[in-house]
Amino acid sequence: MRRLIVSGAIALAALATGAVAIAAGTEAHPPHKHWHFQGPFGTYDRAAAQRGYQVYAEVCAACHSLSLLAYRNLTELGLTENQVKGLIKDIQVPDLNDDGQPIERPARLSDSFRKPFPNAAAAAAANNGKAPPDLSVIVKAREGGPDYIYALLTGYVPFDKLTPEQIKEFAVTKDDNFNAYFPGHKIAMAPPLSDDKVTYADGTKATLSQEASDVTEFLAWASEPYMEDRKRTGVRVILFLLALAGLMYAVKRQVWSNKH
Amino acid sequence: MASSHGTPPVFNNKVIAWIDHRLPIFSYVEKEYHTFPTPRNFNYFWNFGAIATVMLVLMIATGVVLATNYTPHVLMAFDSVERIDRDVPQGWLIRDLHMNGASFFFIAVYIHIFRGMYYGSYKAPRELLWILGVVIFLLMMATAFMGYVLPWGQMSFWGATVITSLFSAIPVVGDSIVTWLWGGFSIGNPTLNRFFALHYLLPFIIVAVVALHVVALHVHGSNNPLGIDPKGPQDTVPFHPYYTMKDGFGVVVFLIVYSIVVFFAPDYLGDAANYIQADPLVTPTHIVPEWYFLPFYAILRAVPDKLGGVIAMFGAIAVLFVLPWLDTSRVRSATFRPIYKWCMLLLVIDVVVLGFCGANPPAGFWIPLSQVATLYYFFHFLILLPVLGKIERPLPLPPSIADAVLKKKAG
Repeated sequence: MRRLIVSGAIALAALATGAVAIAAGTEAHPPHKHWHFQGPFGTYDRAAAQRGYQVYAEVCAACHSLSLLAYRNLTELGLTENQVKGLIKDIQVPDLNDDGQPIERPARLSDSFRKPFPNAAAAAAANNGKAPPDLSVIVKAREGGPDYIYALLTGYVPFDKLTPEQIKEFAVTKDDNFNAYFPGHKIAMAPPLSDDKVTYADGTKATLSQEASDVTEFLAWASEPYMEDRKRTGVRVILFLLALAGLMYAVKRQVWSNKH
Repeated sequence: MASSHGTPPVFNNKVIAWIDHRLPIFSYVEKEYHTFPTPRNFNYFWNFGAIATVMLVLMIATGVVLATNYTPHVLMAFDSVERIDRDVPQGWLIRDLHMNGASFFFIAVYIHIFRGMYYGSYKAPRELLWILGVVIFLLMMATAFMGYVLPWGQMSFWGATVITSLFSAIPVVGDSIVTWLWGGFSIGNPTLNRFFALHYLLPFIIVAVVALHVVALHVHGSNNPLGIDPKGPQDTVPFHPYYTMKDGFGVVVFLIVYSIVVFFAPDYLGDAANYIQADPLVTPTHIVPEWYFLPFYAILRAVPDKLGGVIAMFGAIAVLFVLPWLDTSRVRSATFRPIYKWCMLLLVIDVVVLGFCGANPPAGFWIPLSQVATLYYFFHFLILLPVLGKIERPLPLPPSIADAVLKKKAG
């Protein structure tokens, strides 16, 4: 719907060139999934995003940083400060003590998310030479956004399920991870999620699909925590401008009434 | 320049009269924006000059606020832009307005340029007015290009690499010029710093050229959809309130469309790859500029030779400077030019086709298509326009604006 409205607006503005989507490669197009945060009034599903944080913290955080977020931001997901303090009570972050010596201390609300590796070189060294990407804006940084992230997390194909043509065309070996949606298909990341990888506190059954969709909801929020504010402001601004345009048109008609 | 605009105004307020006697700003505004005689028959295409002005002011206002929160350093620029979104109060709003404002400034200016072409606004005595407009367009392109580099995403970095490397096509001194532009032997912190400085400077130069553009406009007044000169007061209305109201209404409608994108699809016109921090070691699969440069990017890539491509791309803008002399027809408005009218439509289609060519990887049928479209672009300006003016038989022009307006009303 959002695309439709925008497309109309763009066409009106004689901007056909802007709407060019660039599709390339042999990867399957990620199927469209409904997200709670879609559409002009869509909001983040707080429960799903909280579960998604659990998936991030227990699985993704082992390799992927989330450097633009601080623990205090988690209160925006509907958690109280005490609940967040409980979530982070076992997390240690690096700091310097009064003597300037590096130490580890318990994380505070004001701390940025703990990085899994001390620096990019260490991250690369621990991951076959390529540092795992930071996930702070990952949903905005990929064509297809949340659909792509979800498709990637659920799109692994085991080696024995591949056709001989696929194995030949992409030179896949038993040690490779084949993903239907990753550009080039061979992805360094082993399948990160599986059924019952986490145990949800709220009793939700932790299927692969549920985990992937929850962590995508969380990462979508992490990419744009201000989205709800943006849409709310937008509704007010556009209602105001519509009323103003009506008034302006009425006055303009009045002014011009003796001229045509 | 205002001698023909009626008697000098008399100000009853003593303070205003005192100031105006010494610094005639009030007389100026009175003459140029109140009583200024303006053709009575503008259509809504004539709103886009005012709309572009509003966008320019909006870009400078939001840009100054962004600059107070931005860090022009290769290690910090990307995160500082995200910090604006996340940690500066309403920072996301300022950035979304600025980021999409560039696109909407170009939309307004492209429509404004189309209007000038369709209604022959560049013809005598408005050649310099037109040329100043092309100068503004060029300055806008430079400003937009450097602004796109500042967030230091992948497209920022690689777009900058592609565009600055164009200068290496210049024989003999090309490589030295590129090193000079970069401030080093690769794109790095000195490049980012100078682009930031210039991105802040150029908009104010645009303001100065816009002022000249307006001065030139007010010498002979605006062209109009009929392309014939006003012959007396019956053909004109005072600028205020007639066009202040009409422009105001148009501006608000434009802002509604702009707001839909800003608030509900702020990243629609951008490239997802620009949310990946610049990495000199990883080249994106497709390097594409922002949508408003795509037709020119297509022309650049249509020519198999690097230097030839650069010349063609700059030539595509250079022809606009001499447009007033390429078009040999004495009739301004396409309304009375039965063939030219269709040529303008074809040119618009051609530029849109070029845009699609620029957005797609240069492979398969996109290559010959972009070459044909590039040839047609130059054919339109260099051959069609000069010849058409000689052979086309224009329709009879109405005796006056008032005559045409009143006849239309009666019929």
